[in-house]
Amino acid sequence: MLKVTDLSVSYGAISAVSGISFTIEQGSIVTLIGGNGAGKTTTLRTISGLLRPRAGRIEFLGEDLTRLAPHQIVARGLCHVPEGRMIFSNLTVDENLTMGAYLQTDPARIARNRDYVFSVFPRLQERIRQMAGTLSGGEQQMLAISRALMGSPKFLLLDEPSLGIAPRLISTIFEKIVEINRDHGITILLVEQNANLALEVSRHAYVLETGRIVMQGESRQLRADPQLRATYLGG
Amino acid sequence: MPKPHLALLAALLAAYGLQQYADRIDPYYLDVLIGVGINVILAVSLNLVNGYTGQFSLGHAGFMSVGAYLAAAVSLQLGPRLFGEDGGTALQQGALFLAALLTGGLGAAGAGLLVGVPSLRLRGDYLALVTLGFGEIIRVTFQNVEWLGGALGLNGIPASTTIFWVLAAAALTIFTVVCLVHSTYGRGFLATHDDEIAAEAVGLNTTRYKIVAFVIGAFFAGIAGGLYGHFKLTITPTGFDFTKSIEIVVMVILGGMGNTLGVVLAAVLLTLLPEVLRPVAEYRMVLYSFLLIVLMLARPQGLFNFRLGRART
Repeated sequence: MLKVTDLSVSYGAISAVSGISFTIEQGSIVTLIGGNGAGKTTTLRTISGLLRPRAGRIEFLGEDLTRLAPHQIVARGLCHVPEGRMIFSNLTVDENLTMGAYLQTDPARIARNRDYVFSVFPRLQERIRQMAGTLSGGEQQMLAISRALMGSPKFLLLDEPSLGIAPRLISTIFEKIVEINRDHGITILLVEQNANLALEVSRHAYVLETGRIVMQGESRQLRADPQLRATYLGG
Repeated sequence: MPKPHLALLAALLAAYGLQQYADRIDPYYLDVLIGVGINVILAVSLNLVNGYTGQFSLGHAGFMSVGAYLAAAVSLQLGPRLFGEDGGTALQQGALFLAALLTGGLGAAGAGLLVGVPSLRLRGDYLALVTLGFGEIIRVTFQNVEWLGGALGLNGIPASTTIFWVLAAAALTIFTVVCLVHSTYGRGFLATHDDEIAAEAVGLNTTRYKIVAFVIGAFFAGIAGGLYGHFKLTITPTGFDFTKSIEIVVMVILGGMGNTLGVVLAAVLLTLLPEVLRPVAEYRMVLYSFLLIVLMLARPQGLFNFRLGRART
């Protein structure tokens, strides 16, 4: 479904991602794990068009994305949930969801998406008139994911959904991520520092280190890998 | 009829009513009121750019001058040709003035587009500097073009601006901005302000939103310029230098960025303040600046920012 070939991205003279390649099959959950500065967020932002690659090719359903603007990429069904819960804090929960459906034209479908979002995150329905900036961290993350779901995505890019959230809520959010993948067959690319969790929910994983893929394989197998355990899973 | 439309209708009727009694009002107060109205238009329209959309523009006076010159040119060139020396009937004059104002507004909007397209890819301080530069370019151009009066400016502009025109235009500006930002489309301005990356990630074309805000803001600045020219009867390039832009920015900041009611009140207050301070003569501007510092220290979030009208049910 998504095919990344020899992707390189740099900020000025500093190279953040150097020649990575991977493919993601329809309906799967795939994770990119790695430490700070490994190039995870850079990769996601390049896929969604927020950054321009220096070299390489990104194909989504057979179409090259590297020349498209972010809004054109969203229109093709690829939605990005940015890192650090970037919600619109001066808009209400309801208005945030409406912005998520910005490119949707079918009112029936928008209503269906809204119902689905509320069935996944009932708490958002209780807070529908509240300013999004006053939500708790976990609720803001739910809202950020829901906002992306309002755009009827075929493919979700999730950037660090566990960042800065109460531990109790983290497991809820990850359960919901699996649920979203299962219910609607939405393919998910998950970037996560919490490697344990990411390997638990994903099928396939790529390990990034200073902009290169150093290891890849079935998530189940990687969890048992002694070297990986020592580096990322705390022994 | 929805609430904002009713309010607009009421404001237009009130403006018309006030006009009927205009000759019984002390001309000094009338002049102050016209000044207030023009500043309200400028501040509310700039608030769409600087407040709601979060782009820091310092070029509002430049767009105002484009509107002022174009509107004045229409009145000066077309007036005598169409209606002869006697100036035509009241209705003809009104129609010409409306055409002059709209020409000024559209011209300023065109200038806004011209400036906005290349510069709105920049952010923060860089955008502020570029808009400042463009404002100055516009002013210097007027100063050096002979047939626009050069440094002497344009004189003999007909006194078409009345209290009715100013209040009606101010009401229309407020109405347009309020309805726009409360519409589904208009929520995109706030989304662009809140988080540009997230806005792009959900599919908003943020560059287009910024340009639209810029063009609409420039349009109303142009209208304000036209009203100003037909009120002062003389326009010179120096009247539109960057201190005028700063003055409008101060109104927006003092009122609370992205709060239309606050910005209206701030525009009223900051226009009246120098008038109220007239008795202290030479210390007037010192006191004005001092009060401004005190106000900013006391209410950095904006003088009137109580989140009015945002907690909707």
